[in-house]
Amino acid sequence: MSRNYLLNDSIISPLGFNTAVNIEAIRNSESALKLHHYSKFFENGYYAGLIESDLIDRKFNTIGDPTLFTKLEKLMILAIHQVIEEATSVDLNNTGLIISTTKGNIDQLGKNEFPTDRIYLWKMAQVIADFFEFKQKPIVVSNACISGALAIKTANDFIQAGRFSNAIVVGGDLVSEFVLSGFQSFQAISPEPCRPFSNDRKGVSLGEAAAAILIGPDDSETKQKVEYIDAVTANDANHISGPSRTGEGLYQSISRLLKNNNISTTQIDYLSAHGTATIYNDEMESIAFNRAGLESVPVNSLKGYYGHTLGTSALIESILTKHSLLNNELIASYNFTELGVSKNLNIIQNNENKDLNLALKTASGFGGCNLAMFLKKERI
Amino acid sequence: MNRELFVHNSIVIRNSKVYKNGQLIFEAETDLSISKFLKKIYKQQELKYPKFFKMDNLSKLGYLGVELLTHGDIQDKETALVFANSSSSLETDTAYAETMNEFPSPSLFVYTLPNIMLGEISIRHQLRSENVFFISEDFDPGLFVDYSKALFQQKKVVNVLCGWVDLHNNEYDVFLWQIALSGGKKFNEEELKKLYLPTHE
Repeated sequence: MSRNYLLNDSIISPLGFNTAVNIEAIRNSESALKLHHYSKFFENGYYAGLIESDLIDRKFNTIGDPTLFTKLEKLMILAIHQVIEEATSVDLNNTGLIISTTKGNIDQLGKNEFPTDRIYLWKMAQVIADFFEFKQKPIVVSNACISGALAIKTANDFIQAGRFSNAIVVGGDLVSEFVLSGFQSFQAISPEPCRPFSNDRKGVSLGEAAAAILIGPDDSETKQKVEYIDAVTANDANHISGPSRTGEGLYQSISRLLKNNNISTTQIDYLSAHGTATIYNDEMESIAFNRAGLESVPVNSLKGYYGHTLGTSALIESILTKHSLLNNELIASYNFTELGVSKNLNIIQNNENKDLNLALKTASGFGGCNLAMFLKKERI
Repeated sequence: MNRELFVHNSIVIRNSKVYKNGQLIFEAETDLSISKFLKKIYKQQELKYPKFFKMDNLSKLGYLGVELLTHGDIQDKETALVFANSSSSLETDTAYAETMNEFPSPSLFVYTLPNIMLGEISIRHQLRSENVFFISEDFDPGLFVDYSKALFQQKKVVNVLCGWVDLHNNEYDVFLWQIALSGGKKFNEEELKKLYLPTHE
């Protein structure tokens, strides 16, 4: 069975409009999280990572008419466009398009700025596919906050099934009033920029971003590359909106992944956690990681840089994990103060250069879903 | 491993009727609201699961479909859930958005993701198994076939429960089936289309 790799990628976020700029920004400890004031749901404002619409339109103008697409469609089109520009192996007849999103164009609900069917995720996906004239019907994965990594798994499995030769996975979600008010109704929004795993953490910060990556075989022998090894999902079967107190689903996904691939925890060089900075989520992750024997593996959450970007988060974090492996670089868990979970974790507190080969990416989300994925650097 | 796979039970819920393996097993008056229709199935099946009443209609459809499909008994707790629909959680999204003007409702917001249904089914049957939720315009058998086959080939499962559970503007369309290494009809796109379509009006 052919191996699939994480190839050309793009990150569009408040920190910049391509991956290189994003990596440089987080390396220099920049965060997308700023105080914003215009939401009626927050008297004193809220911290979030937002991308200015004007800036998006200026960037978009060079490839299309910005008035024809929603904010989210433009972000995802920009990300895909970069990947297609760079990747010679994209063939619109045989390359698949897999879209990861939780809420799509939800900011358009009840508005009349675009045809009303754009609220359907499949319609948004078709509009994006038609912009590039993809011949394959786009596929939408909408499985809460594990969607971004689940879309990578789907790409791998569908390529191996012969459905397409390779696939572009794109993720996107906005910080809409819909999502802001919903998280606020749970009292889950932090009054200050989020602090994953810290003892003074007070909840999530939301962020908006889009990201895209080409997944597929790669015969080139000139460079190091990062291989998709495997991914496993597992449900907590415990609660639809709260994480399991025992970390059961996350633990199951990690332990099954280890077993399926005959890999021991000592071989894992880096753990890219979900780390939303809610009290219960981070505690749950610490329990699951300890049950799996991962307490000494260097771990970070990237939410301090971007906020929680929902359907994009696990995709952005997978892309950045790929670059960490290629660059032999561990990135500090931004905004971390002191460990505030009951089980010990080896939080990365300063950027560090270190030989890295195997990374574990995890994600968890509403509906009790959890995912664990191995990415491995291949040396030639 | 490339063993043949089989569909060994199916449920269709459509137009106030419930079909099991193609046979009509329940029928309600056509003018019932969806909420009343779902409650009627719940009562007729003599189900005892108070959490049912807290669910949104999309999750109720998925929950009831699985009860009818499995007689409330899923032995293999590693049975994967491979689900899809067309309208995501739009029905509840709209209901939640209406509360945003006054007091945003956390109990509605939690149902504004389609995979919450998978959480409800997993809780009911204590499944700590594989989950995925796809969105496609229409029922797309190829998505189910390719994704499920990969789970079998990667030796992650020996049973998969698939579901197309769509709800929009009070119109519902439910098709659920189980896949295993032995059983009834062959698991492929053509057979799925036949199982999905015969009662489609």
